[in-house]
Amino acid sequence: MAKVLLEMKNITKTFPGVKALDNVNLQVEEGEIHALVGENGAGKSTLMNVLSGIYPYGTYEGDIIYNGEICQFNKIKDSEEKGIVIIHQELALIPYLTIGENMFLGNERGKSAASIDWNETYGEADKYLKMVGLEESSRTLVKELGTGKQQLVEIAKALAKHAKLLILDEPTSSLNEQDSKALLDLIIRFKSEGMTSIIISHKLNEVSYVADKITVIRDGSTIETLDKATTEISEDRIIKGMVGREITDRFPKRHDVKIGDINLEVDNWTVYHPLYPERKVVDDVSLKVRKGEVVGIYGLMGAGRTELAMSIFGKSYGTGISGTLKLNGQVTELKTIKEAIKHKIAYVTEDRKGNGLVLTNPIKINTTLANLEEVSSKGIIDQDKEYQVAVEYKDKLRTKTPSVEQNVGNLSGGNQQKVLLAKWMFANPDILILDEPTRGIDVGAKYEIYCIINDLVAEGKSVIMISSELPEVLGMSDRIYVMNGGKFVGELEAEGATQETIMSYIVKTGRGE
Amino acid sequence: MSAALRKYTMPIALVLVLLFFSWRTNGAIILPQNINNLLSQNAYVFVLAVGMLLCILTGGNIDLAVGSVVCFAGAIGATILDKNVNFWVAVLVMLIIGTLVGVWQGFWIAYVNVPPFIATLAGMYAFRGLSNVVLQGLAVSIDNKDFLNLFGGGADCYVPDILHGANLNMLCMAVGVIGVVIYVISFIVSRANIKKRGYETKPLLGELIKLVIISAVALWVTYKLASYKGIPTSLIWILLVVFIFGYITSKTRIGRYLYAVGGNKKAAQLSGVNVKNVYFFAYVCMGLMSGLAGILTIARATQSQPTFGTGYEMDAIGACFIGGASAYGGIGTVPGAIVGALLMGVINQGMSIMGMNANWQKVVKGAVLLVAIIFDVVSKKEKK
Repeated sequence: MAKVLLEMKNITKTFPGVKALDNVNLQVEEGEIHALVGENGAGKSTLMNVLSGIYPYGTYEGDIIYNGEICQFNKIKDSEEKGIVIIHQELALIPYLTIGENMFLGNERGKSAASIDWNETYGEADKYLKMVGLEESSRTLVKELGTGKQQLVEIAKALAKHAKLLILDEPTSSLNEQDSKALLDLIIRFKSEGMTSIIISHKLNEVSYVADKITVIRDGSTIETLDKATTEISEDRIIKGMVGREITDRFPKRHDVKIGDINLEVDNWTVYHPLYPERKVVDDVSLKVRKGEVVGIYGLMGAGRTELAMSIFGKSYGTGISGTLKLNGQVTELKTIKEAIKHKIAYVTEDRKGNGLVLTNPIKINTTLANLEEVSSKGIIDQDKEYQVAVEYKDKLRTKTPSVEQNVGNLSGGNQQKVLLAKWMFANPDILILDEPTRGIDVGAKYEIYCIINDLVAEGKSVIMISSELPEVLGMSDRIYVMNGGKFVGELEAEGATQETIMSYIVKTGRGE
Repeated sequence: MSAALRKYTMPIALVLVLLFFSWRTNGAIILPQNINNLLSQNAYVFVLAVGMLLCILTGGNIDLAVGSVVCFAGAIGATILDKNVNFWVAVLVMLIIGTLVGVWQGFWIAYVNVPPFIATLAGMYAFRGLSNVVLQGLAVSIDNKDFLNLFGGGADCYVPDILHGANLNMLCMAVGVIGVVIYVISFIVSRANIKKRGYETKPLLGELIKLVIISAVALWVTYKLASYKGIPTSLIWILLVVFIFGYITSKTRIGRYLYAVGGNKKAAQLSGVNVKNVYFFAYVCMGLMSGLAGILTIARATQSQPTFGTGYEMDAIGACFIGGASAYGGIGTVPGAIVGALLMGVINQGMSIMGMNANWQKVVKGAVLLVAIIFDVVSKKEKK
């Protein structure tokens, strides 16, 4: 049996009013990849913050035993000195500094703080970049890199701190599948070189691909640790641990939804980049959606899906948009978002915190924002009516909150997504474009979102669902478009389609930039 | 309880500061005359703070030109009044000038994307210069009695007591009492309405305490004013501004958009809100308020000078932040800004009565602003 590198014993951490961690135990052996899974809010990030010293020694109960000694970390620097390095979910690089400057930020090379040795900085940086397989000069500005490469820079930065235990928090959440795969393979390669890693992820397929052991956390407690060597690990098996019951069907069935006439038809739609008007982002795309139909658009990140959706939604993205748009057979031009909303189109953004919700405002105010006209007359808001509307949608979507006066920023991801959906459902659209509607929310909430989608089409509305999760696209759509490099490269009925057939469309066309 | 404390920190601080100064000045600060002065001297701060709040709400944007615009509008107004035309002409011109400045700055900020800091910094220089040009570097005095009486300047700038009280100004008392009665009745009606429709109600005790305190303070101020010379005319303008913009920010669509744009610009945009128009609206209102503040300022001083309005923008900004507005936008209320302005006013006046050196007064003001913001930041952090 390999040596135990890290042991977290009976960790308990309380915040005012909440017990975030309750007697959590975690054992990581040297040279293994250990995955930490659990629903949102289960306590994974809190546990890692305890480990890395973000919550200093004394603010929690229990012991951290690392390399055979009990550790008392007071700040991140303390844990980093021991070789425990955490890479956070949000990339923390500064865009207008070079790769090298970023890598040694706070850890500068040179004799003193007043004399940085740039040759050493860039020389060292290049060495680490080579280790992670990133073919870029360390003098390149970080803003020139895509998210995949930025993630590699983060890892190189961790290596530069002489990491022995690498903690990756949702490392692939903003990467496309190809980059994700490359990243996971890199972690496996590190393992063969003796590195120990802890990976936190929502993507169970990745977890079962990369991890040797999986520890499941639910509601602040450790539920179980699955060992690949002794048990068969399937995604369903992991989900069972996470939600405490077996989800037999991850996608609810739709019963007798009648698919009607064509509602929205877009022909030869071409969109150019707003800043580089010579770059085509969406290239000659045609699509149609019928009443009562869920149309999936599958594509990797950067395929132009969001850009397509936003350009349809009142030209909220892009320049030089050409092509025709027909609503119920009528050619219509939607010049502004207001017009799009008036013509009963809704676009539910993939970035609910950044583009969707006003986090400092209560649920009530967010719910009515896209359709304030409905609850006001002559510019004056009827606050009674607004309250009723908010409560109605809260109940309908089963948003978990003590009151609609609660600020949206205080809700969990799944509940925020419900508020966002409520906002657009209240705008009473016929066509809803849902962009990554289940990104970053837990399994239970996902199921509820799927049910809402089913209710919407049952009312005769049309849903366009953009997603980069293949099982979701297959499980929820009636028809699927595959998008790659700004083009639609395939269209298929969901029935009988498999992950392999969809991927083959993308592979055939190569990966467009 | 701690949540309530956090919410009402500034009103509580205001009371504590007032108590402190009434102890240090042997009650001088709460003499009727001083309460009267507190309101009329700071009339411009109240008006400007409300305008500034709108800009700050849209995303922490400020207007640095306010002081210069006050001076510029005042300079033109005084020059017109000097020509012995009907004073309403001057009033109208000053309001229009303020608004036009708002349109000018708002245009660059909203539609051309000039950063507000720069656009208004430019205005700060330009309108200060123009004021000097208009006044040719001299003071212009104002002797139009009607104008002064109506906008809080000169000796008779009080609403005449048509009820002819003996020692007390009965009109003032009547207005105050009626105001409080209306307030209490509307509270009961809205409470009953909420109950009837089965909405969630805020805890009755807390609401009652708030009702009692606000009513008591209103009656107390009424009594103080009545014991002096009655309702200062400048107070009418302050109340008008506070009620109109209090209503706009809390009950109207455009008010809602101010908060939405400041809270999350992109989300507002994708919800069909025309963000540019919202910025424009805020700066036009700010301009209008600058015009009004210009009127109040020259009336109070019974003259116009090229140095008037210096530093007014900072008083307004300070009042908003002390009153709980967020420096990032999206958070803040009109009553909050008024409390902030009052707090600054009380501190100013208290220190003046105590005979404190004017330089040290500035130091104290700076410290108060910093403490208010630190408190705000720290209390928010704890909440997390």
